[in-house]
Amino acid sequence: MDTTTIKNNFRSEEYQINMGPQHPATHGVLRLLLTIDGEIIKRVEPDLGYIHRSIEKMCERDSYQQIVHLTDRMDYLSSHINNEAVCLTVENALQLEIPERVKVIRTIIGELTRIASHTLWWGVMGMDVGALTTYFYGFRDRELINDIFEETCGARLTMNYNIPGGLMFDIHPNFVKRTKEFIAHFKTKLPEYDLLLTGNIIFQKRMEGIGILSKEDAISFGASGPVGRASGYSCDVRKHHSYSAYDKVTFNEVLKTEGDTFARYQVRILEMWESLSIIEQLIDNIPEGEFFAKTNTVIKLTEGEYYQKVETARGELGVYIVSTGTKNPYRMKFRSPGFSNLSLLNHIAVGGKIGDLVATMATLDLVIPDIDR
Amino acid sequence: MGINNTPDIPEDFPGKVIPGGNGANILVTSLDEIINWGRANSLWSLYFGTSCCAIEMMQTGAARHDYSRFGFEVARPSPRQADLIIIAGTIVNKMAPVLRRLYDQMAEPKYVIAMGACAISGGPFYYNSYSVVKGADHVIPVDVYVPGCPPRPEALLEGMLMLQAKIKTESMKAKVFPIDGFDEGL
Repeated sequence: MDTTTIKNNFRSEEYQINMGPQHPATHGVLRLLLTIDGEIIKRVEPDLGYIHRSIEKMCERDSYQQIVHLTDRMDYLSSHINNEAVCLTVENALQLEIPERVKVIRTIIGELTRIASHTLWWGVMGMDVGALTTYFYGFRDRELINDIFEETCGARLTMNYNIPGGLMFDIHPNFVKRTKEFIAHFKTKLPEYDLLLTGNIIFQKRMEGIGILSKEDAISFGASGPVGRASGYSCDVRKHHSYSAYDKVTFNEVLKTEGDTFARYQVRILEMWESLSIIEQLIDNIPEGEFFAKTNTVIKLTEGEYYQKVETARGELGVYIVSTGTKNPYRMKFRSPGFSNLSLLNHIAVGGKIGDLVATMATLDLVIPDIDR
Repeated sequence: MGINNTPDIPEDFPGKVIPGGNGANILVTSLDEIINWGRANSLWSLYFGTSCCAIEMMQTGAARHDYSRFGFEVARPSPRQADLIIIAGTIVNKMAPVLRRLYDQMAEPKYVIAMGACAISGGPFYYNSYSVVKGADHVIPVDVYVPGCPPRPEALLEGMLMLQAKIKTESMKAKVFPIDGFDEGL
């Protein structure tokens, strides 16, 4: 039978398959209900809640110092920046004057966290599209950042280094030396990343032209972070609503206009260069002084609503606190970047193949506990 | 696995038959050693990471710590091809049936490592959380517990070596299936 006869005699019909919750490409336990026709995706329906740990509700029972450690476990790849977001919200509410030293150290460690997150993303994304070597390269460089964190904060991943008012303890004497060594090392390794993957023609053909997100859609879906910037939407919180020591450094907001998966890939690679330059500008000029501002042991915020946003490795993280004047928040809400970035998945994946969906999801860089909380 | 002491031997059976009892036991124990050695050194793990611990699990598999030195490197996305679940992360009420189903789909022999505080007891989410299962051993039987939040890669490696040591003590004759009687709380 030729194809026209087949088409006339058999009808094609749409059917549904599950992707996840146990699937290596969903980076955790996201379940996607795919409606497909052949291999063309007609609809993507995310089913959330497989790692919903009720963090927001738990925050209502905890004091403001205790809340910080829960935020580590939300977006564990940018744990320091999550901590910083909560601390900044509380500090702004208390109108505390934070020492310059704290601001600079927070910025440096925040940028190191961003590099650690992006190296992990790079490794895992390569693995998703079939390039296993990137996994080992990415994790090799990430270990060096983990060593720096471990020396200073005592933990490799969930650092919990920030407290409302400053830092838990001062930086380790080796911190500056180690960070400089890392920068020198990583500057030789980043071009290697490009050689290995960015310039690879198979990889480019796979990534270009799929999962296209226009600038208007990026804005209306609330995309943020590298996803938004790859569509030309200037949404860097560090640039537009500067916090900590970002107003003291000069850096470029990486913008691309293509909006496809390859653009999102390039934005993250270029962001690592920007992060290196931010750290370089600050690492020699860490001001002397206290590493914390004195706060009361029991922190009580005056009645009202407080909001602060920061730029994590994934995008804009907002922390919203409603206080009634007691030692616990009345309501705590996190605006997580992953959630709004996931919401546009149905929009950009429809019409593509299942293989394209995996590549598209990899460049959205979702962390599921951040979405479910 | 029972051993018949008086097997029916056909008349024309070629070769010598060693009677049951001591002689056969020697054969089974020697086989045990070989089988256990093979099982312990080629554990295929399932890709099962729900949260933060998964990152440390990935670190254990990556360049520096490299668990392929001990035969763990073949991670499988399908439970039908895996021998071992490393529960890396929190198990919540919605995920618990999925975890149980994955466990049931695995072929015997199967082993479970509970990695991190959440998989052991609920960890930081033990108090005040309405959705977290307070320990993965409420859902499936666990062989080795690795504490930490998250555990260091070295800790996970030690837990895996402990599992290997446990596997090496198994015997075919007195095989215990951990899932037997698990639901009744035995």
